Amino acid sequence: MSFLEVTLELLSGFSMTLAIFSLTLLLALPLGLLISFCTMSKFKPLRYTFKVIVWIVRGVPLMLFLFIVYYFPGFVLGSPIYGRFTATIIAFVVNYACYFSEIFRAGIEAIPQGQTEAGLVLGMTRIQIFTYVTLQQVIKRIIPPMGNEIITLVKDTALARVITVVEIIWRAEQLMSKAIIWPLFYTAVFYLAFVGALTLLFGYLEKKQGYYKI
Amino acid sequence: MSILEVNNIIKNFGQTEVLKDISFTLEKGEVLAIIGSSGSGKTTLLRCMNYLEIPDGGTINVNGISYFDANEQRSLSEKEIRLRRLHFGLVFQSFNLFPQYTVLQNLILAPRLLRKYELKTALKTFQITKNEYKEKKAALSQELEINARKLIAKVGLTEKADFYPCQLSGGQQQRAAIARALSLTPDILCFDEPTSALDPELTGEVLNVIKDLKSNDTTMIVVTHEMEFAKHVADKVIFMVNGVIEEEGTPKEVFETPKSPILQAFLGRTALK
Repeated sequence: MSFLEVTLELLSGFSMTLAIFSLTLLLALPLGLLISFCTMSKFKPLRYTFKVIVWIVRGVPLMLFLFIVYYFPGFVLGSPIYGRFTATIIAFVVNYACYFSEIFRAGIEAIPQGQTEAGLVLGMTRIQIFTYVTLQQVIKRIIPPMGNEIITLVKDTALARVITVVEIIWRAEQLMSKAIIWPLFYTAVFYLAFVGALTLLFGYLEKKQGYYKI
Repeated sequence: MSILEVNNIIKNFGQTEVLKDISFTLEKGEVLAIIGSSGSGKTTLLRCMNYLEIPDGGTINVNGISYFDANEQRSLSEKEIRLRRLHFGLVFQSFNLFPQYTVLQNLILAPRLLRKYELKTALKTFQITKNEYKEKKAALSQELEINARKLIAKVGLTEKADFYPCQLSGGQQQRAAIARALSLTPDILCFDEPTSALDPELTGEVLNVIKDLKSNDTTMIVVTHEMEFAKHVADKVIFMVNGVIEEEGTPKEVFETPKSPILQAFLGRTALK
């Protein structure tokens, strides 16, 4: 097989990698924010329920979690209720939302209480204070840890192959069965290029928020 | 009628009684200085007046209308508390400017949200027509900016209007915070140790701004450790000890002929500083 053919083959696998990555990010960010609100709630049952959920999801290996999400409904109901790709997205979104929620919580709790109080004495509602005052400061604070977590997500997508979702490494392994091994090493280039682009993006975002100090 | 009547305010934090039966009145245009050592309850009293703490007992009336009543059976909604808070402005010890906004934006944010809300309500309740609403909304930004720039000029920050808080000195930040507190034209402006977080050479500019506000007939309550300021600017001084008013009177009475031995000792200590 020529270099070009291998590249095209791997690219088609990488498009699946990108699909898992972007869908997870798109859904896990808002869900993570929601979970962080629940784990900070003054209402104890809600707070503890979500603290336990976060503990379980973060405590179970993502690979095992994928198996559970994909096979468990079939095991209980007798037939699977969704496909491999959907199962992957559910597992990744829930898993990453829990990690993100802790980053959000740290970011929100780091904002001095005085900011909220200043908003309150100016007659702002709590929602207005969050949207116009706190949120942007939270974002500034969490860009570095978020960047870390999102880069981990890029590479975690490779785990989807355990429930036979055909992403880039799976493609490379298929080529190995034709006795060509170098494409497997070549996949690293795809990851490196993408993570490089993300690193630049996060650097840019950090710089853009650099005009003020908290 | 007094602009402010505080009657028998009590506040506990758990087992600790922070405010024990605080009562005083304030007339329109008066400046009240609250002095006392740390932990005497001065700041808590200010926070109670701004609904940042809810007192456990007592009443507060503003312009003769009930502002806070511990015996009120129903609990107030957030919206009611929000509207009541607008009677008071508060300047914090640590400024609490919004760091991502310029001085001008800091001043405009809250009034803009409030005025937009008022316009929307007026439209919903048919007090204004849709066209009037659109006109007023369009004129709003300009109107708010003009007003904000006036306040910024008043505190002497005209050149710094488009600067971010991190580009300003502590004194400038506190002056911006004062302008922001004025942007909603509160009936009573409270200061919580406005110069305590500042380098000594910067306290003067902030105190001068507060002094100038006095000539504009603004009613003010200033919690302070600046005895000279209390002596020369206040119309009335309250000395607090362990959550009670130990002594109150005109600056002359309090500083020149203090009756309480605790106050005498306190003044002796601060004079030595």
